[in-house]
Amino acid sequence: MNRQWVFVAATAALVVAQPLAGQTIAVTGGTVFPVSGPKIDRGTVVMVNGKITAVGANIAVPSGATIVDATGKWVTPGLIHAGANAGTGVAGLGGYGERSVSGEVNPSFNLADGIDPAAITVPVARTGGVTTGVLTPDGPFIPGTAVVVDFAGDRVDQMMVRSPAALIIDLSDGSKGAGGGARAGTIARLKRLFADALEYDRRRLEYKRGSTQALSAPAAELEALLPALRGTMPVVITANRRIDIENALMLGRVYRLKVVLSGAIEGWQVASAIAAAGVPVIMEPNRDIPSFDGLGARLDNVTLLRQAGIRVVIAQGDAGGERSLRYAAGNAVRNGTSWDDALKMVTIWPAEAYGLSQYGSLAPGKVANVVVWSGDPFEFSSAAEKVFIRGQDTSLRTREHELRDRYRTLPPPR
Amino acid sequence: MRRIVAWGVIGLLEIGLPTPGQAQTVDDRFKDTLSLDRPQFPSTYRRRSNPPVLIRNATVMTATGAELRGASVLFQDGKIVSVGEVANPPSGTVVVDGTGKFVTPGLIDTHSHVGVYPAPGTSAQSDGNEATNPNTAEVWAEHSFWPHDPQIPLAIAGGVTTAQILPGSANLFGGRSVVVRLVPARAVQEMKFPGAPYGVKMACGENPKRVYQSRGPSTAMGNMAGYRAGYIQAEEYRRRWDKWLKERKGDPPGRDLKLETLAGVLRGEIFVQNHCYRGDEMAQMLDLAQEFGFKIRSFHHGIEAYKVADLLAKAGTAASIWSDWGGFKMEAYDQILENLALITQAGVRAVLHTDSPDGIQRMNQDAAKAMYAGNRAGIPVTRDQAIRWVTANPAWALGIDQLTGTIETGKMADAVLWSGDPFSVYSKAEKVWNEGWLVFDRLDKSRQYKTDFNLGQTDPGVGR
Repeated sequence: MNRQWVFVAATAALVVAQPLAGQTIAVTGGTVFPVSGPKIDRGTVVMVNGKITAVGANIAVPSGATIVDATGKWVTPGLIHAGANAGTGVAGLGGYGERSVSGEVNPSFNLADGIDPAAITVPVARTGGVTTGVLTPDGPFIPGTAVVVDFAGDRVDQMMVRSPAALIIDLSDGSKGAGGGARAGTIARLKRLFADALEYDRRRLEYKRGSTQALSAPAAELEALLPALRGTMPVVITANRRIDIENALMLGRVYRLKVVLSGAIEGWQVASAIAAAGVPVIMEPNRDIPSFDGLGARLDNVTLLRQAGIRVVIAQGDAGGERSLRYAAGNAVRNGTSWDDALKMVTIWPAEAYGLSQYGSLAPGKVANVVVWSGDPFEFSSAAEKVFIRGQDTSLRTREHELRDRYRTLPPPR
Repeated sequence: MRRIVAWGVIGLLEIGLPTPGQAQTVDDRFKDTLSLDRPQFPSTYRRRSNPPVLIRNATVMTATGAELRGASVLFQDGKIVSVGEVANPPSGTVVVDGTGKFVTPGLIDTHSHVGVYPAPGTSAQSDGNEATNPNTAEVWAEHSFWPHDPQIPLAIAGGVTTAQILPGSANLFGGRSVVVRLVPARAVQEMKFPGAPYGVKMACGENPKRVYQSRGPSTAMGNMAGYRAGYIQAEEYRRRWDKWLKERKGDPPGRDLKLETLAGVLRGEIFVQNHCYRGDEMAQMLDLAQEFGFKIRSFHHGIEAYKVADLLAKAGTAASIWSDWGGFKMEAYDQILENLALITQAGVRAVLHTDSPDGIQRMNQDAAKAMYAGNRAGIPVTRDQAIRWVTANPAWALGIDQLTGTIETGKMADAVLWSGDPFSVYSKAEKVWNEGWLVFDRLDKSRQYKTDFNLGQTDPGVGR
């Protein structure tokens, strides 16, 4: 730990998302990657009351500001993980997950009420420079709506950025059961649900009187589809096989949805169609193992989609947790994507895909989610040294560190 | 009779037996011998004949302590014949410019299910777990192995030259493992690493308890009783057979494949490869090994190895672990990033394993994560120690360390040329040699092996 950080250690346990009145922090001397503009050598980022107020090379540090010397360090926006789990139970620990409910038509399921701000996975996410997560429900067909949180705060309402943030629909192999066992059945069922939701919306009074024909889902579920059908909420559609991707684009056209594709294993085969639709795509850069959901899996899929002009969002889901997001971005670069684009894929483009205009870059007026790295954030040799969330310095101490320090010498001290 | 003939034809077509009329007699050498004395699914792997290869002016990570800059490596006849300065390469040598590049030994994964859980994942080929009995020591992973698994060329492209293929962890005794060289093949025998000892997969903890919840074992103590019962039977079996083999008089005892494998453990011929997450369970398994007089060669998935590193070092048992996976079940709850670094510091043979068709493609990256995590925490790990996690140490855990796992004279020419530092996220395996055979070249499409499954459907541009 560098000496200039020592003052922070004393207050590290205090994690507060909501800004303290009058708090001003200036991160000075670092190489700043604002994302919204070119790299700034020896730049300064000023945060006041949880917002960024100034970014540049020749910025006067406000009087009374706490100065964080980032000389020799890299400064980026906080990373946004578009498929996060932290705070929603232990992945794979039977019975302790909070991301799925039974059934296959659950647009009203919003996992916000099940988030645990004290979960041990939350600070672990921060150690990877991930300040913001799209907590996404899990399951076939229509598992629910995603919510966006910042990974700091003692209560869910302090963490919350947007809820609900997006409707989740899955058209991959795993959802065929919802369509009676075939892809075409899944699409037919989805169309019927959309039609019923619109019908319900037009004829609410008749519905209440019971004078409509039977609808294919309860009113609460149809109601929950409406923001997506009105185009006010993004719809994240998981589609891997080429036909699934084409179906997702078709649904977007027909129902005027704000589609975000997810998965897109065979996306490279229909890249021009995706680009023409102006649809962003959430992808895992290392996904190259063929399955019958996507026989055309290939390592340079991200690069090929980017070359077609598509705004790609990186979300790698593995047992390493959210902290591995930066390595997924590094692997995209390894497989041909430019470094600048890869940084956008974990900052500004996920922010745009979910309509978070206050997130994803270092610019005046943006939420002050700022990470100071020891070096290139995508490299294993680098680490997040300071993670500011809404202008607050957050703790990077995790339960793993407690275990490590207990067992540094064996047998452990009693 | 006609029906029988018809069946015979179908059978022959499907399983490729010799056609009727061809000699079906047993090789004369084995006349009047027991099945036990005859070859048991022998390796038919043969080294390919290749011209000598000289890699020039590279950074050579030898996994023997030294990292040599501006060094050369010469392969000939499948062997490494010189490292460092090479004055006069033989005529016909293929020269590879290694400027700015790195050479490591071929990577070795002690824990893979490639081939037994192939892609695409279908129930038809989900052949990794014979989950029908808590003790299936009689099954052999090689008999499940599909050599056309498209995950194999992906692993090769990650610089992996050898892997241990294990049965899954549903059972207390899951069966025998097989060590394979990752080369194009029609049948597993063409990949079997000649001379590599067999392993037996044992599994601690949650998986057997969950799978056999209703019939037992359903508790940790039930698991332990099951291991002990297995080895008690094996002791008796071994005594009976050892006596008969010495005297060769009278009727031999009946063969029992299950007990044959476990007796092999007791004789020290078969290595125990033990899936075991928790430190306290590892301590108990070491006691079990002591009770029956065998060694556990390596624990696998040792999430809590760092808690008992002193016990592992004392027992001479390796630990095969991940860099940053954890938290996905209760026994994986106490995972820490510094696990590999801490056990290395404690003198344990530390191994980075994958258990994953994704992870096996990027073992160098996981070694890098664990090395830097250790260094950041003030636990010094050298680059050489970290490269040994994926080369020399797994070679030891598989009993092939005299043959491969380091870049030194006399070892097999199993080597990788990396585009840059293998501990950088941006580096790729550029060329991979398996006993001198260039099995992968990123710059030459004709040297990018495709399995039968790949042909005509997964290739970019083909059929689309």
